[in-house]
Amino acid sequence: MTDISPMAPVRLPRRAGGRRLGAPGWAAALPLLIFVGLAFGVPAAALLGGAFTSEGSFTTANLTESLQGAYLTALLGSVKLSVLVAVTGAVLGTFLAQAVVTSRFRALREAVLTASGVLANFGGVPLAFAWIATLGNSGVLTRGLGLGDAGWSLYSFWGLALVYLYFSIPLMVLVMVPALDGLRPQWREAARGNGASAWQFWRYVGVPVLTPALLGGVVLLFGGAFAAYATAAAMVGTVVPLVTLQIADALTGNVLIGHENVALALSFDMIVVAGLVMAVYLPLQRRSARWLR
Amino acid sequence: MAALTPTVLPDVEAPASRTARPRRVRGWRGVVLALAGLYFVVPLLASFVFTVNDPVRGFTLDAYLEIFGAEGFVPSLLLSLGLAAATIVVVLVLTLPAMLAVRLTAPRLRPVMEVLCTLPLVVPPITFVAGIGTVLRWGPDHLAATPFYQTVIAVQDPAFPVVLVIAYVVLALPFVYRALDSGLGAMDVRTLVEAARNCGASWPHVLLRVVVPNLASGLASASFLTLALVLGEYTVARLLGFQPFSVWIVTISGSDAAMSVAVSIFSLLLTWLLLLVLSTAGTNRRSRS
Repeated sequence: MTDISPMAPVRLPRRAGGRRLGAPGWAAALPLLIFVGLAFGVPAAALLGGAFTSEGSFTTANLTESLQGAYLTALLGSVKLSVLVAVTGAVLGTFLAQAVVTSRFRALREAVLTASGVLANFGGVPLAFAWIATLGNSGVLTRGLGLGDAGWSLYSFWGLALVYLYFSIPLMVLVMVPALDGLRPQWREAARGNGASAWQFWRYVGVPVLTPALLGGVVLLFGGAFAAYATAAAMVGTVVPLVTLQIADALTGNVLIGHENVALALSFDMIVVAGLVMAVYLPLQRRSARWLR
Repeated sequence: MAALTPTVLPDVEAPASRTARPRRVRGWRGVVLALAGLYFVVPLLASFVFTVNDPVRGFTLDAYLEIFGAEGFVPSLLLSLGLAAATIVVVLVLTLPAMLAVRLTAPRLRPVMEVLCTLPLVVPPITFVAGIGTVLRWGPDHLAATPFYQTVIAVQDPAFPVVLVIAYVVLALPFVYRALDSGLGAMDVRTLVEAARNCGASWPHVLLRVVVPNLASGLASASFLTLALVLGEYTVARLLGFQPFSVWIVTISGSDAAMSVAVSIFSLLLTWLLLLVLSTAGTNRRSRS
């Protein structure tokens, strides 16, 4: 306390004089801006440059090639898989979230949310191995139930979808639980009071309010499945045509001489697809935030 | 699960539902939870059985015991941990001042920051690697006569690939941004900083003695998320040809399937533990304040 009186006169002119607090201003943000500019900007520029050049001259040949034949199949395969996973995961995740939200047991709710947090991050290689051990060719369930003879193969489109749902559904639960919590009981009571059936409540109140969160969740799941590489690489190798596997293949030199830049063109296609889908998400997120506050 | 259904039912027929309309949806919750439980627990149990059940010798824990002696386990895990530590330090040192600046003096930078910290979510990691790989290949050809050449070579040192740290910092930005943003939102940064400045504290002092202690849980959660990200990251490391932990698991899976699954379970438990520590750290802080 005794310190204050001698200090105050010294500080005052400083405050008034140079907006002392504002001195660092933009400067404090500069290192980050420069870093991202270099670490993100330079590779992005190289990618763009490479995608549109072949042997030093400007061309769209790479792009054309990346949209033909096996490359197109892979791109479409990725989109199909991601749409399937996103829609299925969204529906199942929403039901699970609703089951948790309306449950009376707090412990159940906490347990499911914690598990979802972990499982939504359980991607990559370990996930692939867990499923291979379960339903792969010599997996525990495959042998135990004799699924191999029944024609089951995990290393297929449907197998991948099954595995991707393992981290997609928990992610959807994490997205939907706050949204469902935001559905006020009063709305349901008001609907009931006006004679609405449960179906009518969901049709005219519940689903419209949840739509932004639902669509946002679908977009997130799509992005996750679309960008996933590690799981697919560890699981199916190149059996299922996916764009990420094609890019990796081309990057590791498994491509005709003079076609190295096709990987970059494919990457460009991916960014365009992901960017278009994400462009839907950002405004939606803002809209749903309005209801959930 | 069977015991769960009847006890839950009264909740469906909430006080308001005198008409007892939702009767036909009775029990759906139990079914959903049971199916979900089955789907999520079976692979975990099955992988565990897979690792302890040797077709010849029966029950054995060898797969787990072998992990620690396996060739390459220690170096790859150490490399991953080292990369994680470096990434955490760099990303926090870069992000924290920038986010303080956005809150205190340059609010107009906020949209810029948001875009920068969302980009890594939009751009799939594999396309990011494609770009980095191009730069690294292009570098030696065009920079041979300049000092940059040595830099390009140095960042790719297999003993400690700085290029991975750079890539991971970018990939971690969205998570760190969100963790720190909610942390900063929970405290009155402006008042604290102004008070400290008016009492004569220097900027480093403000940062280390005022902001950091108040932001501890936000910083912890940012660090844990980054740690989990780096430990699990496969795409970038594999395609740039380095061998941290996640790449090592795939390498050994060819020779020892049971052990690779055991390592997968091990890494899941590790993530679980990290998140548990994270969530308890968060609640402790909340209950204290």
